[in-house]
Amino acid sequence: MAKRFAEFNTRFCVSCGACMNVCPKGAIEILRGLHAVVDKKICVGCGTCARTCPAGVIEVKTDEA
Amino acid sequence: MKRKSWRDHLWVWPIVYFGLGFFNIIFAWLGMIDFMLPFMFAIFGGNKYFCNHLCGRGQLFAFLPEKFGCSRKKLAPKWLSSSWFRYCFLIFFMAMFASVCWQSWLVFGGTSSLRETVRLLWVMNVPWDWAYSAGGVPEWAAQFAFGLYSLMLTSAIIGLIMMALYRPRTWCTFCPIGTVTQVICRLKNNPSRLESTLS
Repeated sequence: MAKRFAEFNTRFCVSCGACMNVCPKGAIEILRGLHAVVDKKICVGCGTCARTCPAGVIEVKTDEA
Repeated sequence: MKRKSWRDHLWVWPIVYFGLGFFNIIFAWLGMIDFMLPFMFAIFGGNKYFCNHLCGRGQLFAFLPEKFGCSRKKLAPKWLSSSWFRYCFLIFFMAMFASVCWQSWLVFGGTSSLRETVRLLWVMNVPWDWAYSAGGVPEWAAQFAFGLYSLMLTSAIIGLIMMALYRPRTWCTFCPIGTVTQVICRLKNNPSRLESTLS
């Protein structure tokens, strides 16, 4: 079954934490103030973070494997 | 659903801050907490804990659209979060802060007299004399309070406009404090080394 997950363009992430605060699964954290990272095992790919990110650096992708 | 903690209610802080400063400008000095704490976390902790969990302003920008739907929630133009714009805005903001310090210094030295005004958006001088009564604190301290309150109010207005036009926390993409703390975190934590450890 295809798994959906959030993917971050870490280069342009401003590490504000808006995504982390809205994630219903608590799958996102800010890595040492640098950028957001997602735990793909927990992420369900709902897209809440992507709709919230003020910098637009999150995309919801589908892993076909 | 995540359980709410006390940190999730810090959106009250900017409202309290601007409310207090409206009646007594000396409370504007409390704004130094918002200036110093993020640096403390970045310098000593190497993180953006303040931005991520404690920033009342960021929380207010998220809270208002959630409660009142006052945001178009459109993605802001990319240049607003680009490095060059973030650094230019940081330099501009720091220059404005330096100007506040300089004005206070001039008042301290007696070269300039106290101006009981709040400067909005760096150009509009709004009379604010009801919020200060002479004698309580030195005039230079009052001048600094007027200047700091002007900076805080101006940035809040810009943030609210950004919130309404674009996504709620668009201000965070070019917030000067956020920019400088991210730079400190980059210097403190080697990004490439961290990523190789993770993978």
